Amino acid sequence: MSAPTDLNIDHVAHLARLALTPEEKAKFATQLGDVLAYIEQLKKVDVTGVEPTAHAFPVYNVWADDVAQPGLPVEAALKNAPVQRNNMIVVPKVVE
Amino acid sequence: MSSELFYKPVTELSSLLEAKTLSSVELTQAIIARTKAVDTKVKAFNSFDEADALAQARASDERRAAGQARGPLDGIPVGIKDVIAVDGQPLTASSKMLANFVSPYDSTVTKKLKNAGAICWGRLNLDEFAMGSSTENSAFHTTCNPYDLERVPGGSSGGSAAAVAAGEAIVSLGSDTGGSIRQPAALCNVVGFKPTYGLVSRFGLIAFASSLDQIGPFGRSVEDAAITLGAIAGHDPLDSTSFKTEIPNYRAELTKRKGPWRLGIPKEYFGQGLDPEVAAAVEKAISYYEKMGCEVKNVSLPHTEYGVGVYYIIATAECSSNLARYDGIRYGHRSKDAKDIIDLYFKSRAEGFGQEVKRRIILGTYVLSSGYYDAYYLRAQKVRTLIRQDFLNAYKEVDAILTPTSPTPAFKKGEKAANPLAMYLSDIYTIGVNLAGLPGMSIPCGFSKAGLPIGLQLIGQPFKEAELLAIAKSYEKAHDWAAKTPNL
Repeated sequence: MSAPTDLNIDHVAHLARLALTPEEKAKFATQLGDVLAYIEQLKKVDVTGVEPTAHAFPVYNVWADDVAQPGLPVEAALKNAPVQRNNMIVVPKVVE
Repeated sequence: MSSELFYKPVTELSSLLEAKTLSSVELTQAIIARTKAVDTKVKAFNSFDEADALAQARASDERRAAGQARGPLDGIPVGIKDVIAVDGQPLTASSKMLANFVSPYDSTVTKKLKNAGAICWGRLNLDEFAMGSSTENSAFHTTCNPYDLERVPGGSSGGSAAAVAAGEAIVSLGSDTGGSIRQPAALCNVVGFKPTYGLVSRFGLIAFASSLDQIGPFGRSVEDAAITLGAIAGHDPLDSTSFKTEIPNYRAELTKRKGPWRLGIPKEYFGQGLDPEVAAAVEKAISYYEKMGCEVKNVSLPHTEYGVGVYYIIATAECSSNLARYDGIRYGHRSKDAKDIIDLYFKSRAEGFGQEVKRRIILGTYVLSSGYYDAYYLRAQKVRTLIRQDFLNAYKEVDAILTPTSPTPAFKKGEKAANPLAMYLSDIYTIGVNLAGLPGMSIPCGFSKAGLPIGLQLIGQPFKEAELLAIAKSYEKAHDWAAKTPNL
């Protein structure tokens, strides 16, 4: 029941910084086509004048006192880094 | 069977510990032995750390010997879903992306459990990043339903539900974004509780969809769930969406509240797609409440049919944003053959994420992308408002709402794996509760002819957990479904 949609998998995968195989692209296009066709039913709902809900119980202006708190020691903070050297995370070169 | 130590409730175990006829080390050893005996079949755990659990148990026994026991959970092994951080323990989200990640800190809930003396026990399997309804999306293995090993335990907190059902933990913690506590609870014959949004801190919970995620307990009785909920609830400055509200003594409230209650039955939850055996069991449970003098009336939640659509826009949009942090730089999987920094992002994410996670990131990125935001995301947020208003309107007339938890009992492994939409529709009765931010729970209410558990969902008013637990307890007192333990 896959439906025509505007879903351009290549463009969206690029936005998401996600490399997909040709097989994944073909499969997702069909599967997400079904999901988007199902989601089309939301267009039937009259939402005139309805406010959007981002949170069920919104809490506003949550302030914390501006006081330094103990953080993780460097060693613990870097424990999960894929590559590290001299208390720093090693990353590929980003400037020429 | 239920005379076994590993099947006893927290309430009884804490009395035995208090009387010093049982030590926490003995109890923890019994849980470890049980886990070793059955987990090769059930596969509820990603990993467990015996030495760490026994060290916690010894500390509990020493506290008790010194007269410093900390309450009913002191010395009780609590299983932890592998998406909740425990200091020094693996935290994988059942994803290759985090296969080697070890948490450098505790989540607020596990800090609170430790403060209550509980033993954080094992890392329980889930669908990768909590995305799924069967644990089949775990990068490591699929957990089996203890009542039929060919079937799924539900998900995403399938390991948490199966471990409690199989006696591999006394109680456990899961997380629920669209039904991920209640649906596996229903499929595994245990009690599962999803609190009001904001009641329990999300600090240290790996984020999936932040406006929907809540941590909650599993237990083999309503009272055990109530005790565990009481230990983890409460305002936390580290979660800016956590709510400042008085936390009652849920266990004490259970015996104080006796009803009768006004209960609503939404016709939209009893239509097409509902398995007849599930319908019959739920209707029988409803008639129990009628007989005990409750006012049972029909209510309408007219926007129910849009719930799944709204959910798969909002949840995927939030997940596409939340999972942007997995870029191969600071932690998690880093690709070995990237040619530059941009390529590193693309390849690390491609190698680290499984199929369902990729599918949801694509959908979520799409619905947020330029030109589509209003048509999908904004519209979904507006329909979310209508779904929430439906519930609040119903609560002008009733104290709680009763529905089936899942449209069917546990399905076979592989049955829905190739069809994401069919899998998404298995959450149809649980999703509205998350969108509206309400408390909801599933309790056992019978078995199908094939011996598969069936769950009754109770949906409560915001922050009225105590009332909801009391309504559940009333049914449980008259129906001992938990006594039917699985043959393992």
